[in-house]
Amino acid sequence: MDVIILQLFNGFSISSILLLIALGLSITFGLMKVINMAHGELIMIGAYTAYVVQNLFADYMPASMFGWYFALAIPVSFAVAFVFGLVLEMGLIRFLYGRPLDSLLATWGVGLMLQQLARSIFGAPNVGVKSPAWLDGGMTVGDNVFPYKRLFIIGLVLVCLLVMYLYIYRSHPGRRMRAVMQNREMAACLGISTRRVDATTFAIGSGIAGIAGCALTLIGPIGPTIGTYYIVDAFMVVVLGGVGKLVGTVFGALGIGLSNTLFEYWTTASLGKVLVFLCIVAFLQWKPSGFVAMRSRSLDN
Amino acid sequence: MPIRKLSAQRLWLLAAYTAAAALLFCAPLMLSDFRLNLLAKFLAYAIVALGLDLIWGYTGILSLGHGVFFGLGGYAMAMYLKMDASGGKLPDFMDWSGLTKLPWFWKPFESLPFAIAAGILLPALLALILGFFTFRNRIRGVYFTILTQALVIITTTLFIGQQAYTGGTNGLTGYSKLFGFSLGSPETKRWLYWVTVALLIGAFLLCRFLVKSRFGKVLRAIRDGENRARFIGYNPAIYQMVAFSFSAGLAGLAGMLFVLHVGIISPSMMGIVPSIEMVLWVAIGGRGTLAGAVIGAVLLNYAKSTFSESYPNIWILFMGALFVVVVVFLPKGAAGLFGQFKWLRRRKAADEGADGVRYPAV
Repeated sequence: MDVIILQLFNGFSISSILLLIALGLSITFGLMKVINMAHGELIMIGAYTAYVVQNLFADYMPASMFGWYFALAIPVSFAVAFVFGLVLEMGLIRFLYGRPLDSLLATWGVGLMLQQLARSIFGAPNVGVKSPAWLDGGMTVGDNVFPYKRLFIIGLVLVCLLVMYLYIYRSHPGRRMRAVMQNREMAACLGISTRRVDATTFAIGSGIAGIAGCALTLIGPIGPTIGTYYIVDAFMVVVLGGVGKLVGTVFGALGIGLSNTLFEYWTTASLGKVLVFLCIVAFLQWKPSGFVAMRSRSLDN
Repeated sequence: MPIRKLSAQRLWLLAAYTAAAALLFCAPLMLSDFRLNLLAKFLAYAIVALGLDLIWGYTGILSLGHGVFFGLGGYAMAMYLKMDASGGKLPDFMDWSGLTKLPWFWKPFESLPFAIAAGILLPALLALILGFFTFRNRIRGVYFTILTQALVIITTTLFIGQQAYTGGTNGLTGYSKLFGFSLGSPETKRWLYWVTVALLIGAFLLCRFLVKSRFGKVLRAIRDGENRARFIGYNPAIYQMVAFSFSAGLAGLAGMLFVLHVGIISPSMMGIVPSIEMVLWVAIGGRGTLAGAVIGAVLLNYAKSTFSESYPNIWILFMGALFVVVVVFLPKGAAGLFGQFKWLRRRKAADEGADGVRYPAV
């Protein structure tokens, strides 16, 4: 029984990480139909930002303050990735709306360049980020120990989810965003600057990737290719969950995260991945456009 | 087919193709053994590019999974070579991993004809199965592309994980003979080169035939308007499945040739990065033109082997920039550039199949 609980917890932990990464994608891919393969590199940027913030704290702040660097690293990671996303959108993505496959290839190229850039700035080997002392240890429930870091990530995801929900569904900019994504021409006619909405939307998606990168520093060392490790899984989350609604992404992340852990527990790591893939393909037989599908009478969308 | 009058343009085209083929066949006279081997490898890549062009340039389906099909072909050939090299004993890496008996699925690879058939049919079958479960449900566009990329990830993880059966990260290597001829000798290399050229030309002609045929017209119709094609009465799923499977078979063939030239196949050669590089070859050369795909594959790999060894860092930056530039500025690739010049000279060319290619907003 304890083993099952522990596996379930691991599953939720992996799901939360996937969800954090996929949340950004669900905006850029789900709402804007742009395949941003550089999303993984935006994660990497967030992770390295956390690393830099940590180093600055270690150098310039009293040692007693060091533990709080992480609280600052999260918003800073968001901001840095946000700016990168903004630049990316204005410089490249906006030429590629309506051509998702082309956006995939071009952003892959951008990702390659960013990886190389990180390699020349921070070096090819992985660097470690020392997690703050207040996240060490874990919560003991019965015989199980749940590490605080994992719990913190789950909490962080829930906060991000809530903030995104409020932003998209309960705020004026969010309403404009939805309007533009649903019917661009009509939104433009009503006086919404679609260019600006596009840029902000993409930048927000990128910023969340930055937060995800920041969270990843809690789990292990970070390197220039940290993003590629997660990116395909994160895209699968969006495909499985369906696009256009947050609940789909949550479902996709839970589905992939939990089934991954359980299958890997029952079989081996490599066979587990195969089984998860087969399950996804099987699920798509039943619901080809993912768990939640935006209903539309249009044939080609 | 009625005998068509050869227009001047067709004549030029024919002359150019003949000259290119002749040049390829005579290359051993001009190149050192090392260069010849490189060229042979590039030509094997060109076969993948042909298949990829058929599915992407003509059918509008982007596959980021061709590394897997290429790898499966490579593994099929490598398994035969490994069995041959072990001479009835257990292949060395199985010994190291503690296997005592040959796994059942290795057994048939003792025979070369089976290995060759498997090298083409296995990838084709895998593609057919994946296509069956996706195209039939109208899972297409980016969704399909992401699924193919996931296929790459799970296949490489599987191959690395099942070390005892696949050789793990190291892949399959350590074989040197085909029919008792040493794979390393210049003589054999030359023959293998000619075989590759012949197969490339064969593949090119086959693709050209397919593209010019009614089948190819339907493929383009699906690319430009899948629903319209469906309403006319074609079942796009069948065409997509066949094209995808054929394209995977070509990749498998190329993988087999690759193993013969290079002498190793490992999961890193079928991963995400090589798979997407294959797409870049086609993008650079020009999707929707077969010759463009071949030229793109050879040129890009030539550039890579020239630059990447001396300046690996700059090469990665360059390749990244290339992706961006090609997609934003040259959606038709190098062949598109060439086509533009021709178009300036001769407007009539536009109604010739390959030049009139339109790209859908997929």
